[in-house]
Amino acid sequence: MSQRLFVKGNEAVAMAAIEAGCRYYFGYPITPQSDIPEYLSRELPKLNGEFIQAESEVGAINMLLGASATGVRAMTSSSSPGISLKQEGISYMAGSELPGVIVNISRSGPGLGGIDASQADYWQSVKGGGHGGYHIVVLAPASVQEMYDLTMLAFDLADIYRTPVMVLADSVVGQMKEALVPNPRPVTILPEKAWRVRGRREGTEQMIVKSLFLGDGELEAHNWKLHGKYDVMKENECRQELFMADDAQLVIAAFGSVARIAKTAILMARDAGMKVGLLRPITLFPFPTKAFQEVTLRCKKILDIELNNGQMVDDVRLSVARDAEVYFYGRPPGAGSLPVPEELFEQIKKHY
Amino acid sequence: MPQVFKRPVSLKDVPTHFCPGCQHGTIHRLVAEAMDEFGVRERTIGVASVGCSVFLYGYFDVDVVEAPHGRAPAVATGVKRARPDSFVFTYQGDGDLAAIGTAEIIHAANRGEDITVIFVNNTTYGMTGGQMAPTTMVGQKTSTSPYGRDRAKDGSPIRMAELLAQLGGVAFSARVAVNTPKNLMDAKKQIMNAFRYQVEGKGFSFIEALSTCPTAWGVTPIQANERIGGELIEYFPLGVYKDTAQWKPRIAPPAPVEQPGARAFPEFMNEI
Ligand SMILES: Cc1ncc(C[n+]2csc(CCOP(=O)(O)OP(=O)(O)O)c2C)c(N)n1
Ligand code: SF4
Ligand SMILES: [Mg+2]
Repeated sequence: MSQRLFVKGNEAVAMAAIEAGCRYYFGYPITPQSDIPEYLSRELPKLNGEFIQAESEVGAINMLLGASATGVRAMTSSSSPGISLKQEGISYMAGSELPGVIVNISRSGPGLGGIDASQADYWQSVKGGGHGGYHIVVLAPASVQEMYDLTMLAFDLADIYRTPVMVLADSVVGQMKEALVPNPRPVTILPEKAWRVRGRREGTEQMIVKSLFLGDGELEAHNWKLHGKYDVMKENECRQELFMADDAQLVIAAFGSVARIAKTAILMARDAGMKVGLLRPITLFPFPTKAFQEVTLRCKKILDIELNNGQMVDDVRLSVARDAEVYFYGRPPGAGSLPVPEELFEQIKKHY
Repeated sequence: MPQVFKRPVSLKDVPTHFCPGCQHGTIHRLVAEAMDEFGVRERTIGVASVGCSVFLYGYFDVDVVEAPHGRAPAVATGVKRARPDSFVFTYQGDGDLAAIGTAEIIHAANRGEDITVIFVNNTTYGMTGGQMAPTTMVGQKTSTSPYGRDRAKDGSPIRMAELLAQLGGVAFSARVAVNTPKNLMDAKKQIMNAFRYQVEGKGFSFIEALSTCPTAWGVTPIQANERIGGELIEYFPLGVYKDTAQWKPRIAPPAPVEQPGARAFPEFMNEI
């Protein structure tokens, strides 16, 4: 019988990393994610792993780059301002095709902003936050259990596609305590990391981990290769949750923490006899375009709700059937701006 | 006839892209010789920086990770922590290490990472066309200090070998030059000393090598070499600034818990 634990979302991330075989963590303190480095600074040494409190998020992401280049599973975590600092390194990792897990327990901005729940980093996460036109896989947990399961999945996807993977959540999911079944690491067939640097023994090939391609046509070919991988991800890795969507006349699109509030509002609507459902993207990149196409073949009204001024709604609009209408409701993040279910129910009534 | 001079096996048999009179190539060779002499080539992982030495992997016959500009010491930290049995060195210019990468170098050094840093100081940003660096001499004209470096506005050249020697984690710090046969022999000796610290696991070792950039300086190779022996060595004195292993074994972590079947969770995580 599997155990059931009562833990914080951030701790679930740290536990999952250890279960996934991650023994190297590099980070810099920032609220609301510091439970992750605190947990790992205590647990990794017991497993002969390495925990480094880096000089900055820039230092941390580059330590991740170096560790990952040797083929080990490694991770960093931060929150929005720190994630901005990591973007150069993430771009280099994407260009060098290095796996690695980056957790963003995002907070409100711009600038120092605040520490409240926010989804204002959607664009930065899914559109390639650094330079050069790349993507990384972005997973959006909405519960403590998903914080655990998706962190473990993040390590597998990183290794399979040789790409950085981001787990994007906020303080609602990161700080709350819920029941967790700490599932054992799934058995996944992973490609051999033949590309890793290990010291060039006589008779073996020289290994170079780099993102510099100066030869005629080399960089173009490299970019086509990267974008070919993104196409495969779009085909195979989209994940979403459908909730009461089968007969829905209006489907709410929401990810992460706000999707939980939306679920309560949906139940209120159902009680009032309104057929309302939810389509919750779990992978933000690749975006579950097909799921939106399928839902809008039948249901012509989508209400997109976010903890920002409207970001994912762009991708929703690009994904739905042509004759579907997309409405948006969101509030810029900050203290006191987390919507209550009644507020969302009003929006449902307005557009139903 | 016995062979008395040959290419180090750690160096590839290819022509370099360095300008005539540039000493990056000479410094590459000394590093490769030291690698050969310690027999560490097969477990070496080099970390390349961004600057004229970005093609490290093209010249050294070792595995290489390319770091973003200035971040090589952080990348090397990740490599070494993950693979403590490897021999890890970074090779960085003065723009890379003493400007954009100051946080990374100071903290890798202060943590006493078991790596060796080869810092090539040519008082300018060679690769980008000879702009002012933190090591540019007061009065030196560069493409971004057309009236000469002004101490009042631009500060004074940074002496990295001395600065890093202050830090507890640094076991070895020296400044060398390759402008004369004597200095070259001494440079080789100090690179060997720096490598020895890492081979013995005794902490961070640092070599600052003064180097020419005739292209950006706008002088002939001979004049460039003379500048090293004159103005540069006067301001950046050669020598060993630290040669003492301040390295302490890390505090032993709690005994490893190896229970793949029954996983132990911290107590505060109450079962429900
Ligand atoms: C983030 C970033 N900023 C700026 C650059 C441009 N850049 C490339 S090399 C370089 C300076 C190189 O100078 P140095 O480190 O002294 O090496 P040298 O070429 O002199 O050996 C700069 C500024 C860059 N590649 N990345
Ligand atoms: S620009 Fe300067 S540092 Fe770069 S290769 Fe030429 S001489 Fe050497
Ligand atoms: Mg330079």
